[in-house]
Parts: sequence; C-alpha cells; structure tokens
Amino acid sequence: MSIIVITILALCAIGVTAAIILFFVAQKFKVYEDPRIDEVEEALPAANCGGCGYPGCRGFAEALVKADNIDNFLCPVGGAPVMSHVGAILGHEVKAAEPTVAVLRCNGTCENRPKTNQYDGAPSCTIAASLYSGETGCQFGCLGLGECVDACNFDAMYMDKETGLPVIIEDKCVSCGACVKACPNHIIELRKKGPKSRRVFVSCVNKDKGAIAKKACDVACIGCGKCVKECPFDAITLENNLAYIDYNKCKLCRKCVIVCPTNAIHELNFPPRKEKPTEKPTAASVKPVAAPKAEVKAEEAPKIEPTANDDTTENK
Amino acid sequence: MLKTFSLGGIHPAENKLSASSAIQVLPIPETVSIPISQHIGAPATPVVKKNDEVKVGQLIAKSSGFVSANIHSSVSGTVFKVDDIMDASGFRRTSIIIKVDGDEWMETIDRSEDLVKEISAGKEEIIKKIAEAGIVGLGGATFPAHVKLSVPPGKTAEVLIINAVECEPYLTSDHRVMLEKGDEVLVGTQILMKALGVDRAIVGIENNKPDAIAHLTKLAGNYKGIEICPLKTQYPQGGEKQLISATIKREIPSGALPIEVGAVVQNVGTALAVYEAVQKNKPLFERVATITGKSLKNPSNWKFRIGTPVKDLIDAAGGLPEDTGKIVGGGPMMGKALTTVDVPLTKGSSGLLLLPREEAVRKESKPCIRCGKCVSVCPMGLEPFLLMVLADKKAYERLESDAVMDCIECGSCSFTCPANRPLLDYIRLGKGKVGQIMRSRK
Repeated sequence: MSIIVITILALCAIGVTAAIILFFVAQKFKVYEDPRIDEVEEALPAANCGGCGYPGCRGFAEALVKADNIDNFLCPVGGAPVMSHVGAILGHEVKAAEPTVAVLRCNGTCENRPKTNQYDGAPSCTIAASLYSGETGCQFGCLGLGECVDACNFDAMYMDKETGLPVIIEDKCVSCGACVKACPNHIIELRKKGPKSRRVFVSCVNKDKGAIAKKACDVACIGCGKCVKECPFDAITLENNLAYIDYNKCKLCRKCVIVCPTNAIHELNFPPRKEKPTEKPTAASVKPVAAPKAEVKAEEAPKIEPTANDDTTENK
Repeated sequence: MLKTFSLGGIHPAENKLSASSAIQVLPIPETVSIPISQHIGAPATPVVKKNDEVKVGQLIAKSSGFVSANIHSSVSGTVFKVDDIMDASGFRRTSIIIKVDGDEWMETIDRSEDLVKEISAGKEEIIKKIAEAGIVGLGGATFPAHVKLSVPPGKTAEVLIINAVECEPYLTSDHRVMLEKGDEVLVGTQILMKALGVDRAIVGIENNKPDAIAHLTKLAGNYKGIEICPLKTQYPQGGEKQLISATIKREIPSGALPIEVGAVVQNVGTALAVYEAVQKNKPLFERVATITGKSLKNPSNWKFRIGTPVKDLIDAAGGLPEDTGKIVGGGPMMGKALTTVDVPLTKGSSGLLLLPREEAVRKESKPCIRCGKCVSVCPMGLEPFLLMVLADKKAYERLESDAVMDCIECGSCSFTCPANRPLLDYIRLGKGKVGQIMRSRK
C-alpha cells in the first residue's frame, strides 16, 4: 500500500518541480509575437496559394503586420474585401486594387496552328520547352501539355480537348499567378479584369517576322503595326514583331480589333457590335466604354461587387 | 578479360548496319546554311555580310571568347544572307546562308592526299592552329578542342586518350575513319601529344570493331608512344569519364575535369581534323557522318560539307523510307529527334538515324516498381528513379546534394527501365535548373 502512496507523492513532487522550472524557463525565453499576426491570418482566406508572393497566409500576415504601408500588398484570392478587412485590423487606409485575371495570350488551336511534328516525350511543358520548339511551327506559343492546369489550385483551368489550349474559367480565377509562373513560354498574363470583365488584348506571343509567324499560325500577330497607328490612346506598343496592349492605357474602344488583319486581337465580353451598348442605360456602361471611364475608375474604389458576372466564360 | 569502366553500363543491340560501307563524298548542295553556334560556348560573330564572295575554308564567323570556335565557309560562292533559320530543335538561330558557285578553295589549304608525318609546328603553334581552324570535339559534344588542350596552370597532363569507342549503336563514322584514315589519325594523335607535352597516348576501341583494332595496332608500331587498347563493348564507354576509368583505371572526382587525373580525351574524328588543320592548313568545314536505319535502302557513311541540308544526306542514301517514324540527329541513345529535314548538318552531326514507326514510338509510362535497374546501370553511380521524382517536385537543393550535375545524360536509365519511365527527361530538367541556381550563386 505504502508503495502506491510513495509513488503518487513522488510523481506529484516531480510534477510540481518540473512545472516551476518550466514556468521560469518560459518566462526567460518568451518570444513576443504581435497578436495582430494571428488576427490578420484569421482574416486571410487560408488558401496558402502563394499568389501574394509570400510563403502561405501566415507569411503574408507577418509581412503585412511589419509593413508601414500595405498599398502594395494584395491577396489575390480574397481581393479587395479581404484587403480592406486587413486594413481595418492594422489601421491602414486601403485603396482597392483593380481586380486582375489570368489571360491566355495564344490562340493557336489545332485548326489555326497545324501540327508539324509529334511530341512523345514526358508530358510536361517545361520538359518539352527545354527540348525543342514544340509540335507546331510556332516556337513561342502554347505547348498544350497543361502544366498551367496542374498548377492551378482553384480549379479555374482546364484543357480544351478540341482546341488543345487551356481555358481559364474567369469566375473561379483568383489571379494568384500560379499558372503564369508554371508556363515555360510565358503565355499567360495577369491583366486587369476590366469593367464588366471587358478586355481587349493581343492573343499572341509570336516574335517571329510576319511571314514566318503567319505561316505557322493563321491568327498570329504579324507585327504589321496597324493597331499601333489606329490606337488613339498610345496604348499599343510594337516590339520584336509583336504588338502589346497596355491595359492601363487601353480605353477599350476596340478600334484595334477591327483593323487587325489576322484577328490576333481579342475582345472579351463585349455586347455584339451592331446594336451598340443599349441594354443597360444605367450609370455604368452606356458610352463610357470609351474615354472617361478609366479616369473614373482610377479614384473610385468600386468594382468590388463582383462585376455583374452575367458574362460567360472567356478565352475562346 | 577485356577492360571496361567500373560502374554500370548497358549493352544495347549494336545494329552497326553501315560498318562495311566505305566513306563516300556527298555532292555539294546548291545552298548551305551554316549556323554560327555549332559548339558549346559563346556563338561566333559573323564577319561576312550579304553579297560577300567567299571561298572554301574562308573564315566567316569569328570566335567570340575563349570557349567559342571559329567557323569557316564549307563552299565557295556568295553570301545570300545572314538570317535566323530553324535549327534542329525547331528554334530559330542565326545562320550564314551561302549560295554555292563552283568549288574554289583557299590557296593556303594543301589539297594533296600525301601523308605528312613530320610535325614541324611547336606546341603553341599547334594550339593556335587548332583554335584558328575552329576544331571542336567531333564525338558529338562539340566542345572547342583548343580549350581542352590548354592545360590550366598547376595541372599537368600525363596521358592523351583518343576516344575511338563509338559506343552509340548504329553509328559507324569513327569506325570508317579509323580504317580509311588510320595514318592521318595517328599523326593527328602525335600532334595532340606534342601540344599537351605528353609522351603516351592510348586509343580506346571497343572490340566490336576488330578490323579497326587490327589495322591501327599494325600502324601504331610506326608511331612512338601510341598504344591501342581494345575494350569490352559496353555503353556509355565513349563518355569521357567512363573511357578514363576503362583505359587507365582512374576515377574523376565529382564536378572535376579529366585533367584532374592527368588525362585529356579527344575523339578520333577530332584527331583527324587536327591532322588536317596542322599539316594541311585545312579548317574544319567537312566531316564524316553515318546515315542509317533498318528500313533505309543504303545505310552508309558520307563526308559532307558543314551546312548541307539533312534532306540531301537522306536522298543520297536512297531517300526517306516510307515507314519512318522519327529522324534522329546522332545515335539512338543520346541523339535528338529532328522536327524537319530542312535543317543543316553541323560540326556535331555524327550521324542520322531513321527509325521505323514501330520502334520510334515511346511506350506508355507506368509507375515505378522499385526494381533498382536504373541504379545498377547508371555509370555515374546515381539513383535515377529518385532524381526523377526530385526534379518533378522541384526539390532542387536535394537534387544538388544527390549529385544530379554528375549525370552524363547517357540515357542508360531510361533505356533499361521496365516501366518505361521518362527518367532522363526529368533528370535533364532538374540538371538545367540546378545548373542555373549554381551559376547564379557565383
């Protein structure tokens, strides 16, 4: 009987001693952590996608708490609402960033860009790109092995079997940039989502001279420069036989789309051309498709209320 | 018991179909396109422009650094343009395109067939001549030859090893060179020995070429310090490190060059080019390549001018067989498939292999069964199955510590894998990334 008593007492004594030691050690080696880090982390979406450029949401939260000004930080998943929430926690004024979306800048479908050879190596775009120029005559375009789709953590992409190109589902895309990094040919770009998801962009990255580009792909940018001349806002630059539309300068007038001889410039989610934008006579979208729109959107915080996602999926 | 290297290795079917076909001379094409980057290192800088008249052997692009090589015109005629054209991998690279007109050689080149045995040039002069002639390693790696011959201070060369192994299946160009140009090769070897200041040279030949071994052994009696070393047929014996291990039983430490163990390796084709450059003043503008394939009408060996389209070589050997599934530039183990036959043959073209369709297609890749065959055949003692996964998972630090950079890309692992896994594809990818990381650290 006494053995049990002694054992219990001894264990209690050890426990108490250890507790006292641990208490003092804990005091001594205490690490102060800003409690706001936990709070901010709580506010973040916990997707841990790395789209912000930091290792996970915790890493991002630490960086946010440390920063004096969080204007240049953006959680692509949560977007403006989350950032304003974070701003409220940290006591910063947050300007809403323009939402962006991944855009595929290649329209080299099986039809537009015929295959010249067949690849049977390991099914990885990076490996194919390191070996050779790809299955078509275009050395710049989509390799069609779907590494971007594998990289997407949000099910926002899939490979279209018919075209051989990836498709970005705009509603699901959080613009984390994982696909942009995954693509060895740098075809995917994060562009401003635009008012009502309306966007104009050059859907081609071919830097070859016109004749070569056109031979490889029917809808390649041939670097003719017509769009550059046409653009009233100097938004288009031509470099290495390739036109690029600066989305900060573009006022979505769509004049370039009409003049492009190869249909390399795409317009998305615009109403059909003939019956001008008549359907919504409210404030937002009547004529302002043209000039004044951009100035308005610069200061105005808005576009948070998910830009009337009536529009269909994109990137055909 | 014949010598061979100490670790791993495989023995694929040899298929040396063209071994008995003597070297023929490929007709000069109407136009040649000569890429300015046919070697490892910085691309050469063109020194000719449109409408310039050039002669055979004239310098048309100048070496642009220590690790770079001169490029000479292989034909006489007019420069049509200097433009980007598609190379063997489908990317567009700068090339000099020359319209051929006649066949007028530079006067400095000695075109006689006489064997010049007397080596009058001194050590420095030999290396200078080799650099001027734009000679690169003709085994396929195309590393500028003069760089290898310039022994860095603090190191001494003890032995020259001539790589006459030709371990790639199908290829026979080195074999034919040894049989038909044996004396020239051996004089070239002596020139290389003089350049390095060594008195011993070993010519390593696999025993699937008994006639070449017999022929060179007979000739070698007339040349001081050259020994012929028959080797057991084993792929990849033609790898520098494997050949050194096989012939002189020395192991090169990880990351080091052969000079670390006192050896310098040169290909037998390079030895011939060195002979021609030093004794005959002839720059490197032609070489011998094999064209082969099981359904090809006439598997054969051809001496061609650099810049000749691949198409011409195929036509010369009887045209493209109907069942061709893949055209491989080089041998079946390390060669690369071509995307078009319009690309030019270059200094590094040792052969062209036309694979029939059923042999060309890769089999479906299945999960790793952990048999360890890739580990046992790896001549560098690596673990390919593991490196593949690490490369796929982008674990670059681990790849580096697992010595991925030691991989010689011989493809033995992919060849032997019973699950048909594309091991080398991924390892090469990892190697590229780790190499980038290591360079950026410097």
